Amino acid sequence: MIAFLIKRLYHALLVMFVISIIAFAIQDNLGDPIQQMVGQSVPESEREALREELGLNDPFLVQYLRFAGNAVQFDFGYSYTFNQPTTEVIMRHLPATLELVAASTFLIIALSVPIGVYSAIRPRAWLSRFFMGVSIVGISIPVFLTAIVLIQIFAIGVSVAPFPADTGWGAWLNEALSTDGGMPAYGRGDPVNVFGTWDSNFASLEGLTYLVLPAVSLASIMLPLFIRLIRAEMLEVLQSEYVKFARAKGISLRRIYFIHALKNTMLPVITVGGVQIGTLVAYTILTETVFQWPGMGLMFLNAIQRSDVPLIVTYLMIVGLIFVITNTLVDLIYGLVNPTVKLTGKPA
Amino acid sequence: MTLKKTLLASVIGAAMTTAVLPSVASAETSLRMAYDADPVSLDIHEQLSGGIIQLSHMTFDPLVRWNKDLSFEPRLATGWEQVDDTTMRMTLRDDVEFHSGNTFSAEDVVWTIERLKRSPDFKAIFEPIESVTAIDDTTVEITTTKPYPLLLNLATYVFPMDSAFYSGTDADGDPKDEIVKNGNSFASTHVSGTGPYVVTERQQGVRITFDRFDDYWDEESPGNVDEIVMTPISENATRVAALLSGDVDFIAPVPPNDLDRVREDEDVQLVTMSGTRIILFHMNQERVEAFQDPKVRQAFAYAINQEGIADRLMKGFATPAAQFSPEGYAGHVESLEPRYDLEKAKQLMVDAGYEDGFEITMMAPNNRYVNDAKIAQAVAAMLARINVTVDLKTLPKAQYWGEFDERVADMMMIGWHADTEDSANFHEYLTACPDADTGAGQYNASNYCNPELDKLVAEANLEIDLEKRAEMLQQVEQTLYDDAAFVPLHWQDLAWASASNVNIEPVLNVMNFPYLGDLVITDE
Repeated sequence: MIAFLIKRLYHALLVMFVISIIAFAIQDNLGDPIQQMVGQSVPESEREALREELGLNDPFLVQYLRFAGNAVQFDFGYSYTFNQPTTEVIMRHLPATLELVAASTFLIIALSVPIGVYSAIRPRAWLSRFFMGVSIVGISIPVFLTAIVLIQIFAIGVSVAPFPADTGWGAWLNEALSTDGGMPAYGRGDPVNVFGTWDSNFASLEGLTYLVLPAVSLASIMLPLFIRLIRAEMLEVLQSEYVKFARAKGISLRRIYFIHALKNTMLPVITVGGVQIGTLVAYTILTETVFQWPGMGLMFLNAIQRSDVPLIVTYLMIVGLIFVITNTLVDLIYGLVNPTVKLTGKPA
Repeated sequence: MTLKKTLLASVIGAAMTTAVLPSVASAETSLRMAYDADPVSLDIHEQLSGGIIQLSHMTFDPLVRWNKDLSFEPRLATGWEQVDDTTMRMTLRDDVEFHSGNTFSAEDVVWTIERLKRSPDFKAIFEPIESVTAIDDTTVEITTTKPYPLLLNLATYVFPMDSAFYSGTDADGDPKDEIVKNGNSFASTHVSGTGPYVVTERQQGVRITFDRFDDYWDEESPGNVDEIVMTPISENATRVAALLSGDVDFIAPVPPNDLDRVREDEDVQLVTMSGTRIILFHMNQERVEAFQDPKVRQAFAYAINQEGIADRLMKGFATPAAQFSPEGYAGHVESLEPRYDLEKAKQLMVDAGYEDGFEITMMAPNNRYVNDAKIAQAVAAMLARINVTVDLKTLPKAQYWGEFDERVADMMMIGWHADTEDSANFHEYLTACPDADTGAGQYNASNYCNPELDKLVAEANLEIDLEKRAEMLQQVEQTLYDDAAFVPLHWQDLAWASASNVNIEPVLNVMNFPYLGDLVITDE
């Protein structure tokens, strides 16, 4: 176990090292940070002085070694736009992103398991077909569009009148199709401070209302995938010998579905899920931009627009770290669900 | 399918709406506003940008400020007189307090201008000022090296800072008045000005909160807003949605694609104005031999349909231009109009011997100006009609300016707003003979050089008689037009929108510095 964790720590360091080199190598293509820091009418001599001060004129290797030397002491440099250490900036933005991802993950798990299982047990029911149809649509609509449609319907409100409004039923249908809006369209509102830099939207009812639309649109990416995955796995498991045997033994259907079958269904789901939660962090860039959610994704996009190289490099390294951590957690959980898997790689 | 989804949606919506807590009614008048970006720093001398000047007008007061009609309105300076050609004496208010409680005096003005002359961003435009002296508590004398007609224009950039507050050293032992571009400084996180608002909370990139300053000197200001909460919302669609859903009361800028949507909504009002930022294309004479021929340049000017771009592409959200100076500027020439005439353009190409056209490269940013990439595509298509083949490349602004400095394409787009709100500024940066030492023509990607014009502008900058000066600057515009030194496209319009009870129209101006201290919100 400890050997496994040490190995993973070593992996994490390797990943971060590689990412830092790549991020540093492309920095010349990210634009000139000086341009973003001074007004348009500032003469070249002033720009040159600033460039020199920031060490941007040094050769690549010198710049990288300086960065790496500081990085091993956990000093990742100063953000050009925030004028603060990049780690501080990221730590301030991290809770918002993690809360968003947590809320989406919760939605995904809470919805995909029952829906997936149901549509595997009753593959021909019209509700199953409906879920499958919706999930195809959900997979094909980009998160950007989902977000904007959600804002239009729930934040701004839509009023439509396809039915004659002067008849009772028509007015009722029109009313049913129209929405008042009223959901918050952007930001986090006033999150409650829990401790340190962690302000939470989970701590109050009002905070949760801000979380709903972004979490739903972020979940819309992964939810269909998981429904289909669980459904397919479950269908396969239900065909297996041991399920047939359990049925022949007269065990109640509920117990077969939710204890015996589901447990085996979850193995591949956990593997895929772990990787996808990492991907979810990447998708927050789009969702956070649309909803002006003040998390790491929005921060990263702004950093790119302003050529804030130190912040970009630090962000990429931390996301790399998150990927390694989630994968490690997945492997640990995997061992819990399926005791035949040994983490250290020795045969059981 | 859509019906079901919408039905489902409305059910969820109804369930969610009940969960939203009713907003607590307060006696305070509060303005929630959203800009596309928030100020990069609280130090108003750290960067010369629109965002910083907007912040300056909220937390500080200038000596004088621009009126809607581009005349000067006294603020902290109540009067001014030209003592001789190079000296101006200004009288200051004696009843002004800073946020810190210190009393405002002439010493603060001296201190502030000296700091401006140290700021990398401001020192260039404050170059003409030689010295400032405090005669007594309410009088300052500003001396320029040479007669300088734009001293009052400069005074709009002088927002006196609390010299006592910003003197000494902070907890880290750094001087409180230092200007730091990268890294923290005392001034970038602390504010004491004379302005209508005090910064109470700031989370960069998330929110900045202002409270009305209790001891604000301007008791005649109609402004009744007690609190301002400003959120940056960079995504256009979200900013508009936030206004339409009532989450914010005031947004800027309003993206052109959403103008109709905002205009048609009954609960919000839209204010647009012809702006002062000129969008233009340079034709690089150094890279393309053909551009050295005035006939070819004129042909390009005749081939490009400014009105078409403004009407169709910009949906009327731009004023077609044939010169640098917008209306109201000294150099504006009323008679200059866009000269779209395809036949004439073709004829000029024939005359110049380029009947079969030639190939050029073109570059434009794709996220800097409104519809910039689309405008470039339209211009490329228009040039195809005079047989000019354009190889167009568009880049994000972060990458574009490096390429612009290198002059890597034959035609390059740039937008320019004169920091001094003066016509001479356009020529100095965009069409003056390039000179790396003096910084003249720093953005002259045409490499156009007409020493006579440089001389004329230099003389105009010494001319105290403003009418004479205007004539000289108009002559410059006329020559640039005749020479077709560049291809002007349009002045980008400005647009703001607010809830209908927020009376934004009186506090807006073409500089895009809303005077929010005077903003009035009426009861609904």
